[in-house]
Amino acid sequence: MILAVARTHFAKLKRDRAAFVLAFIVPVVFFSVFASIFSGSSSRAATRQISIAVVDEDGTPNSRRFVEALKREKGLRVIDVQTLPDGRKAPIVDAAAAEGMVRRGDVPLALIVPKGFGSAPIRFGPATGAPAIRLLADTADPIAPQVVSGLVQKVAMTSMPDVMAQTGIDQLDRWGGDLTPEQRARLQENVASLRSQTSGGTAAGAEGGLVPVEIRDVLGEKMENPTVAVFAAGLGVMFLLFSAAGAGGALIEEVESGTLDRILSTRVTMTQLLLGKLLYLSCVAVAQLTVMFAWGELFFGLELHRHVPGFVVMAVATAIACSTFGLVLAALARTRMQLVALSNLLILVMSALGGSMFPRYLLSEKVQKIGLVTLNAWAIDGFMKVFWRDAPLSALAPQVAFLLAAGVVLFALARRLARRWEVA
Amino acid sequence: MGVFVLVAKATESMPQRFAPAATINSLAVPDAVPLEIRDVVKSFGDRRALDGVTLELRPGEILGLLGPNGAGKTTIVRSIVGRVQLEKGSVRVFGRPPDDAQAKASVGYVTQEIALYPLLSPAENLQAFGRYQGLRGDPLEKAVGESLEWTGLADRDKEKTERLSGGMKRRLNIAAGTIHGPRLLLLDEPTVGVDPQSRERIYGMIEELRRNGVSILYTTHYMEEAERLCDRIAIIDHGRVIALGTKDELVRATLPAARLLTIETEEPLTPELAEALEGRGASITDSTVQIPVTEPAREIPDILAIFRNDGARIRDMALKTATLESVFLHLTGRELRE
Repeated sequence: MILAVARTHFAKLKRDRAAFVLAFIVPVVFFSVFASIFSGSSSRAATRQISIAVVDEDGTPNSRRFVEALKREKGLRVIDVQTLPDGRKAPIVDAAAAEGMVRRGDVPLALIVPKGFGSAPIRFGPATGAPAIRLLADTADPIAPQVVSGLVQKVAMTSMPDVMAQTGIDQLDRWGGDLTPEQRARLQENVASLRSQTSGGTAAGAEGGLVPVEIRDVLGEKMENPTVAVFAAGLGVMFLLFSAAGAGGALIEEVESGTLDRILSTRVTMTQLLLGKLLYLSCVAVAQLTVMFAWGELFFGLELHRHVPGFVVMAVATAIACSTFGLVLAALARTRMQLVALSNLLILVMSALGGSMFPRYLLSEKVQKIGLVTLNAWAIDGFMKVFWRDAPLSALAPQVAFLLAAGVVLFALARRLARRWEVA
Repeated sequence: MGVFVLVAKATESMPQRFAPAATINSLAVPDAVPLEIRDVVKSFGDRRALDGVTLELRPGEILGLLGPNGAGKTTIVRSIVGRVQLEKGSVRVFGRPPDDAQAKASVGYVTQEIALYPLLSPAENLQAFGRYQGLRGDPLEKAVGESLEWTGLADRDKEKTERLSGGMKRRLNIAAGTIHGPRLLLLDEPTVGVDPQSRERIYGMIEELRRNGVSILYTTHYMEEAERLCDRIAIIDHGRVIALGTKDELVRATLPAARLLTIETEEPLTPELAEALEGRGASITDSTVQIPVTEPAREIPDILAIFRNDGARIRDMALKTATLESVFLHLTGRELRE
């Protein structure tokens, strides 16, 4: 009996060729996506560069040497010009401009070399009163500040070994007793030799916390619970896609039950039918996001009440895009099994690449760029602008435009695919 | 006694009038022929579903489409609601093409499947399909209320449709197709899977629609339905109209002898015997032979002699007046319920 039941299901699967193939393709494709992102990617991980805006407020030879060495560091991409709101490029003149870039999300970090840095860039002893390097961080990427902080140590010491030696000699002289003139002369000779060897920049090997660095979280510092906004946006979009795909399956139900046949014999056209379903799916999606974010506000410190207009704009745009995606899946699949397999494949891959499962900054730049074709990436970026950067509504234009354009294209595709139901 | 009580109850709650007629669509052109189908051809892959079908439905009549499963009946109905891309020929609904908005508004379509939303109540289903037909506000509510009365579901209007009996769902299925008061109604096998008592109620509803002047195209493979309800009958086979007329016309035209001698043999007929009988106008299926007979007393001994000479053993024999069923068998060489 048990075998008979299993046999019937195998027969059904065999008949539904597309579902049969997808059932095997889904795990393989999904595995491949993850494997190419995370494994064999020590080389990819190494190529991940952190963009960083640098402002040299000191302007001394030492600070300039330091900035030049930062530019040579492979793990960093130093940006010293900014794009103004009117599209013009201009140098980053001060810390405020750099902070603005971080707030807008142009760079995850800004490094400010403060006045007085050049006089004592490295400390061996107690604070000398020289100011610390300031890192203005967007902790949406919590890893970048730590990585850059370490790189700053490395760059400072490898680019200025002479300064490090000189500081060491001064400390020795100060705390270890007077040096003889002969000792002093030989040490100075050695320091000069070190200075002449530093053209190579960032030789490896130096570690430690001898260069004072002060990290400031410029975006999350006022938030009650900054990481919740990131999770809410990422997961919210993924679940919208899943629920839209599931609800889109109602279209297959209508075909099977014959109600589609009956509806299309009335005054309702296929376009009206799909638009009606889109309206329904979008309303449900907006309600789902609202419930999720309100829950986040109640229990996890997500500040929905401070961001209502931005939330509404992003929720509507995201809901429309996700709903049209659900319609395309429903129009594409001929059976429920196909719908399930297809939606699992596409939504999981989109969510992985688009930042719903893990932050996109963990991915190589190439994969991050590929991720930009997903609805998830644009929706998450938009929600992040609202909840993380406190961006004005106008700043959401690219994200809203992409999501709505995707909605139009996907709806047109669903309409085209639905022609097979209209006339035989 | 129990049966009697049941029948009496059913009669009590039989709908008395088709109320949605009050909202009958005024868009239809009154003088135009409700339905004209001319030389329609349609294939699905290699299979020709419709092979030059021509039909006309007159105002206020019920035209039956009678044919076995796969004969092309549903394809004809779907072509009338614009769901079939025709290769040749034309369909006109009150003089308009099927996809014309006014044509659509004047047609009601009752699908072979129970095309209702199972989780919605009967009232909600009727409201949904009423809205799809453009009804709003008071006229919609009035039509819903009248349709619930008409179907005998007024006291179950808030239950989930999936909980209704098969017969109730069938009645609601008809009401969902007539809520907007169509002038032309397409009924595609509306009594499939329904018990005899519920079938009676559905016949009552259809007869009421006819009294209200609705023209009806009625597809069925139940002979007794076609005989009872239809003014004219088109017999469809292999995508063609092979006969068209009233029941009497069909019988007279097909079997002028008006009587049929049916003989069943123990074994299948030999080719020689079949040839000899076909020479006398017989139709043969397996071991059953139908032979039109005008003068039984003179002809039957001759026919029996043919069997005797062949050595065929007769199992059963009957002389009957020709019916629609015998017409169908004679024309198609098949039983209807194949």
